[in-house]
Amino acid sequence: MIPELGHFCLAMAVAIACAQGVVGIAGPTLKDPRALAAAPLLTLLHFTAISLSFLALAWAGVVSDFTVENIADFSSAQTPLLYRITGIWGNHDGSILLWCLILSLCGTAVALGGRQLPASLRARVLGVLGLVSCGFLLFTLAVSNPFTRIWPPPLDGAGMNPILQDPGLAFHPPVLYTGYVGFSVAFAFAIAALIEGRIDAAWGRWVRPWALLSWCFLTAGITLGSWWSYYTLGWGGYWFWDPVENAALLPWLTGTALLHCAIVVEKRESLKAWTVLLAIATFSLSLSGTFLVRSGILNSVHSFAAAPDQGLFILVLLAITIGGSLLLFAFRAPVLAGSGIYAPISRESALILNNIFLCAIAAVVFTGTLYPPFVDLLFGIQLSVGAPFFNQTVLPLAGPIILAMGVGPMLRWKRADLLPVLQRLWLAGAVAVLVLIILTATKHLIAALGLAGGAWVVCSALTDLAERTRLFRVPLGDALGRFFGLPRAAIGAALGHIGFGVSVIGIAAMTLAVQKVVVLKPGQSTMLGGYSWMLDDIHDAPGPDYTQRVADITLSDDGKAFMVLHPTRRFFTSQHVITSDAAIRTNGFQDIYADFADEEDGGAELRLNRHPGAPEIWFGGLIMALGGAFSLSDRRLRVGAPFRKRVPGGATV
Amino acid sequence: MSPLRRRILFGAPLAVAVAGGAGFYTILRRMQSDQYDPHALPSPLIGKRPPSFALPGINGAAGFSNADLLAPAKPMLVNWFASWCAPCQEEAQMLQTLASQGVTIWGIAYEDQPPDLAAYLQKYGNPYARIATDVSGLTAINWGVYGVPETYFIDKAGIVRLRYAGALTDEVVQTRLKPLFEQYS
Repeated sequence: MIPELGHFCLAMAVAIACAQGVVGIAGPTLKDPRALAAAPLLTLLHFTAISLSFLALAWAGVVSDFTVENIADFSSAQTPLLYRITGIWGNHDGSILLWCLILSLCGTAVALGGRQLPASLRARVLGVLGLVSCGFLLFTLAVSNPFTRIWPPPLDGAGMNPILQDPGLAFHPPVLYTGYVGFSVAFAFAIAALIEGRIDAAWGRWVRPWALLSWCFLTAGITLGSWWSYYTLGWGGYWFWDPVENAALLPWLTGTALLHCAIVVEKRESLKAWTVLLAIATFSLSLSGTFLVRSGILNSVHSFAAAPDQGLFILVLLAITIGGSLLLFAFRAPVLAGSGIYAPISRESALILNNIFLCAIAAVVFTGTLYPPFVDLLFGIQLSVGAPFFNQTVLPLAGPIILAMGVGPMLRWKRADLLPVLQRLWLAGAVAVLVLIILTATKHLIAALGLAGGAWVVCSALTDLAERTRLFRVPLGDALGRFFGLPRAAIGAALGHIGFGVSVIGIAAMTLAVQKVVVLKPGQSTMLGGYSWMLDDIHDAPGPDYTQRVADITLSDDGKAFMVLHPTRRFFTSQHVITSDAAIRTNGFQDIYADFADEEDGGAELRLNRHPGAPEIWFGGLIMALGGAFSLSDRRLRVGAPFRKRVPGGATV
Repeated sequence: MSPLRRRILFGAPLAVAVAGGAGFYTILRRMQSDQYDPHALPSPLIGKRPPSFALPGINGAAGFSNADLLAPAKPMLVNWFASWCAPCQEEAQMLQTLASQGVTIWGIAYEDQPPDLAAYLQKYGNPYARIATDVSGLTAINWGVYGVPETYFIDKAGIVRLRYAGALTDEVVQTRLKPLFEQYS
């Protein structure tokens, strides 16, 4: 009964979303005040319908209603409650419903939070969101229905993949999807602006918080995903340049570029068409990232097996959404002329430089990801593009960004002098050079360059804050007072840069990691990274729905034992799956990582790692996301426009 | 910038997207008609004869060499396996079934020791008409073996027509091997 209601709500949501799209887009043209007022209302209804539908599926999961195929396939009566709920988005059909739910949530946020928007712009934005949502809901309903029933129901479900039974993975998809889908709002604003044919500073100010919010979620989502693969897969790696990872990285890169060039639109009314294109590109890449990896075209370790007819449906949807918006862009964008004029050395130019390099990295990653299927299509050559390609192409492009990141925020708008800025950054430069010299002596050039670059970014962002607060030039109390008086956006931006620098430091330090795969018998020991690793014992231990074998490893430094690790191998008997649970000890600057990979002839095959800087990679990601969140709390963004009266598009209809 | 150039420039993203979309459409169609498998591991041997090798059998028994594969009487399979490989044990039953249906299967044991190998064949059965042992693993590198088990389909002209990496399953046999046997018999 409940699943049928959920199914019905899903069908209703399609109809309402369609109405929202038509009314929202046609309303401002018809100049009908009832149509303008109806768009937000339809958005709320649309959200309600999808929420009910999602709740119905969640209910079926909680009570283990195995007449629902989705539940029977991916859950079982023994699955803990938390994973019965999170399992809903752990599979293809359910995750798309979650995607639609978040999309409608974004629409609702615009409908409720965008009261100061001109009514026509708001209606158009909601209309675009409605049309996008309608397409993907139709996809859910037609070929990927999570409410498909089976009769007679099985006595018990097939159970959840044990690898997915992990809190990190349980919350990774919603965060990542919010990041992906959030860019739909920036996209809708861009399309609405193209329809209206004008963009001004106020538009930039409205778009930026949305872009920032989704960027925060995307950053957090990627960080969570990377951390999860690090601690759960037992490979000790944090980024594999897998197509699915690249699919998340691409919108992050263009989204970061969007974030920066929307500032130029807001402050200087320049780069308008470029900003619109970035908004379209970011959401298009998000869409492709979510759906293309499910079509099975890209070879990935993430298995989201989808039938080819779903692939075709997705392709048609993507063609309409992406092709339609780019067509609109081709016809309407040439009328968007920038008005700001600026010198080659200025904040604007620095932001353009940032955009060029971020987009260049995105282009390289994009090419590398799509090269294998396309080269096979065009030339019949089968090949794969792996980490070496990405490392060699992305690192040189990241270099200029890292250099420019320190200088850019201190340049003035319109026209700036480079020399005084560089003089103020002497300390940061000195720290970077010092790090470079010290580490070059250890003959790790990449690590030295990376650590120096990270130190440069962190120190220059700190210098920027110190300059703004006039630290060390005025009494400390005054400086603190100035600090709290700074716009939160400025502190957020500095935090964002610091976070990036910290991540760079972590990634660079990880190149110094040492690892070893050994087979040890109890009592034997091996040396790695200056420590002695001794396998004391291998023994059985009980577990809730698995049995496990535990290896006890003692680490000692100069004969003094200082750490005991217990990596385990878990045997999930019902699913015949073996997972390994790596033992990771961190002191905040270094991880000691041991994985119990296999057991043979009384010996344990162990993967032992010493990872300097590993925690910094994720700390950096979190600092970046926090910086974004802090910037969002800026009063200027929350309250909206000081130009409230001078809104575009003839607000009064 | 002239208005025309500006228009062309602004149309460029659309052109890229259209080209990409057309490419993906073609790939999807080829996937549906089984002409393209994104998960396929490319093998340089497809359409060629295996590289030259001469490997011994178990415990001094005769192995085989590439010359023996030049012109088989009927299409056959060469199966790379190892006693230490778990998927090979799962695959053993399927190989037995194929052998009992009259399929000629030759095996090459990869980086294996004769005693282990003998125990393995004792335990899981021996579906192989002939067995060679590649103790050093050099022949495997020349073949481009990715991991064991791996199965190669060789036609009557001695040319490799298919490489399948991983354990053979019912589905693989039905959808990949059977059509080949029908085509090349």
